[in-house]
Amino acid sequence: MSKKQVYIYQGFERFWHWMQALLIIFLAFTGFEVHGEYTFLGFQYAVQYHNLAAYMLIFLIVFAIFWHLTTGEWKQYIPTLENLKAQLNYYIFGIFSNAPHPTKKTVLSKLNPMQKLTYFGLKILIIPLSIISGLLYIFYRYPTKHGIDAININSLEFVAVFHTLAAILLILFFIVHLYLITTGDTIISNLKAMLTGFEELEDDNDVQSQEKSDDSQSSTKKLD
Amino acid sequence: MKKIILILIFSSLLVVIAIGILAQKDYEPTKLMKLKEKYSKKEEPQVDHSKFAILQEKFSSPQQVTAACVTCHNLTAQHVMEGNHWNWEREEYVKGRGIVYLGKKNALNNFCIGTHGNELSCAKCHIGYGMDITGKIFIDKKNIDCLICHDVTETYAKAQEKAGFPVATLDLNKIAQDVGKPKRTNCGVCHFYGGGGNNVKHGDLEMAMFEPSKDIDIHMASDGMNLQCVDCHLTNQHSISGKVYSLSSMSLNRNTCEQCHTETPHDTNILNEHSIKVACQSCHIPVYAKGNATKMYWDWSTAGKLKDGEPFSEEDSLGNHTYLSIKGNFTWEKNVKPDYIWFNGTASHYLKGDIIQDTSKIFVLNQLHGSYADDESKIIPVKIHLAKQPYDPVNRMLIQPKLFAENKGEGAFWKDFDWLSATEVGMKESNLPFSGKISFMETAMYWPVNHMVSPASESVDCIECHTRDNSRIAGLNDFYIPGRDHYASLEAIGKWLIILAILGVFVHSAIRIYAYGKLRKGTKQ
Repeated sequence: MSKKQVYIYQGFERFWHWMQALLIIFLAFTGFEVHGEYTFLGFQYAVQYHNLAAYMLIFLIVFAIFWHLTTGEWKQYIPTLENLKAQLNYYIFGIFSNAPHPTKKTVLSKLNPMQKLTYFGLKILIIPLSIISGLLYIFYRYPTKHGIDAININSLEFVAVFHTLAAILLILFFIVHLYLITTGDTIISNLKAMLTGFEELEDDNDVQSQEKSDDSQSSTKKLD
Repeated sequence: MKKIILILIFSSLLVVIAIGILAQKDYEPTKLMKLKEKYSKKEEPQVDHSKFAILQEKFSSPQQVTAACVTCHNLTAQHVMEGNHWNWEREEYVKGRGIVYLGKKNALNNFCIGTHGNELSCAKCHIGYGMDITGKIFIDKKNIDCLICHDVTETYAKAQEKAGFPVATLDLNKIAQDVGKPKRTNCGVCHFYGGGGNNVKHGDLEMAMFEPSKDIDIHMASDGMNLQCVDCHLTNQHSISGKVYSLSSMSLNRNTCEQCHTETPHDTNILNEHSIKVACQSCHIPVYAKGNATKMYWDWSTAGKLKDGEPFSEEDSLGNHTYLSIKGNFTWEKNVKPDYIWFNGTASHYLKGDIIQDTSKIFVLNQLHGSYADDESKIIPVKIHLAKQPYDPVNRMLIQPKLFAENKGEGAFWKDFDWLSATEVGMKESNLPFSGKISFMETAMYWPVNHMVSPASESVDCIECHTRDNSRIAGLNDFYIPGRDHYASLEAIGKWLIILAILGVFVHSAIRIYAYGKLRKGTKQ
């Protein structure tokens, strides 16, 4: 088994990841000020910047969805039960005895089953919950006589509860995500991969998949 | 290379969007400028009254002046006599009561309580001449006092307790020749002193408004736009717009900020959206009673104490009465933060003879209606005036005492200091029963605060309402607002989950470090 530097995260993917990370951290920071937890920017600015960052995030996510659909990368996130138990076992037991990762990371399958499940949940449930409740929050109209009754939401509380719930779930994800970054081959290998795009992967596969990874690498190279 | 360009394009797109949203939208930057321009042009009088021959004939009584006025203004007297300045009442529809002629004759307040039996004293502010103790309304148009509103020399004045007649020494010819559109002084001479002294009642209308600074009132500031009362309180055939909810029940003929400033006066949408549910005054009048203190509490139960058989008074450090034998104890406050309530423009009032079901709670004399769910309601600032005032515990009715009389022995409290006789006479004059028992109960009145608008830079900051602690609208609990409200149980669960996650991370990494240490030792050996 040899090891090889593989180009695993493409340019847009990395840009999208870091931009999204920045925006979500900023949204959390301003969001909890709006929520009344602390005072830093001042309420008015916290609201203004929070709304601005929200629009930027939506814009970014629209691009990301387009990218995932056109490149076919969306298939990476289809959840699977295969190997899920082994992956869980690894985090609970194997990791302490320096056992090998149960899932092989390849360009075609760069997510382990737990990641698939988590990111799928993030993309299908938490982010939409956050964005939909956030948009309702922005466009919430207090009950007025001029409004259309059918689309009047009678209380902002209903919207706010879901928005807060999404925020709490995102924080939980963020904490665990930050920690699991350190569980790669070395403590920083995952972080380095997301920064540079390259990761040292085990090269024990048949020639075919190796060629494929070379292909994708060269195809992105051509873009440059 | 292409990738870098793509990233650059994408980033610059984001920046463009950011700038677009951040930039303040100045669709109509001249809205306020236009208003300032409009009101900086002062109206010139259309006629010179001093040239009219009829005003040069020697006047020996104020009625002669009125007779002269109506020779030219031949429809005006009728208009005046239809208005509430003349009639002391408004025709109002009140839910549950039907049509009520609401006025000082039938509504009680918690200041000097009511007018019945006190007419000679009260007539100082009535715009008629010769009002007598029966309080009957005159139909003779010569009894209209034109000058109290239209004298612009600032010399005309009504005499104390003379049934509305002016001070005897005035040069009526000179005054009559110099009449014009009412100024702040004309309105203020009555409206600033309601309740028996400066700023007793409103809190936002007081003698500091005669020549206010911009800090006191941005509109009326004599060094600023110098608006007069009638610039906003527009008048059509002597019917004046705007009214106070101590004596109004319907949402009609109200004066609003929007009539000049429109419903979308701000540059930012988020502030304009607030105006759906928040009245302009709520943010733009951060405090009232800016010039002089206003009366917040009146305790009638202590009235009547005498020193050596004589009435006396006590004052606080600001020179406000804290005790008067004729009225009891007072509390005054200056620079008061308003209370906030929902208000849809309708109100219900305690009328003389109404029976109070629960006398243990603070009883509201003018209940202002409104709620979050009501789409006509907005949050408005109010002054809440509390009082302890006499009531009949057997009949469960508020008492209308006779307070003023010219002589001792007529039963007036202000002369005889005897609650029993004052109540007997007052209730009899009001045709109401009296059991012979007097108690004191707590009452409240709501006074919407509409004046003393501050410069925009001093308006209430977002955080003063959108905050967990001491929110200005902490008392309004029928809706959710960001920053003030949160869902405690959800947050408790969230906090614990986050703590657990962090603990999990620490435990997991500790075991990892320990296990790796052990492994490394193992490989070394």
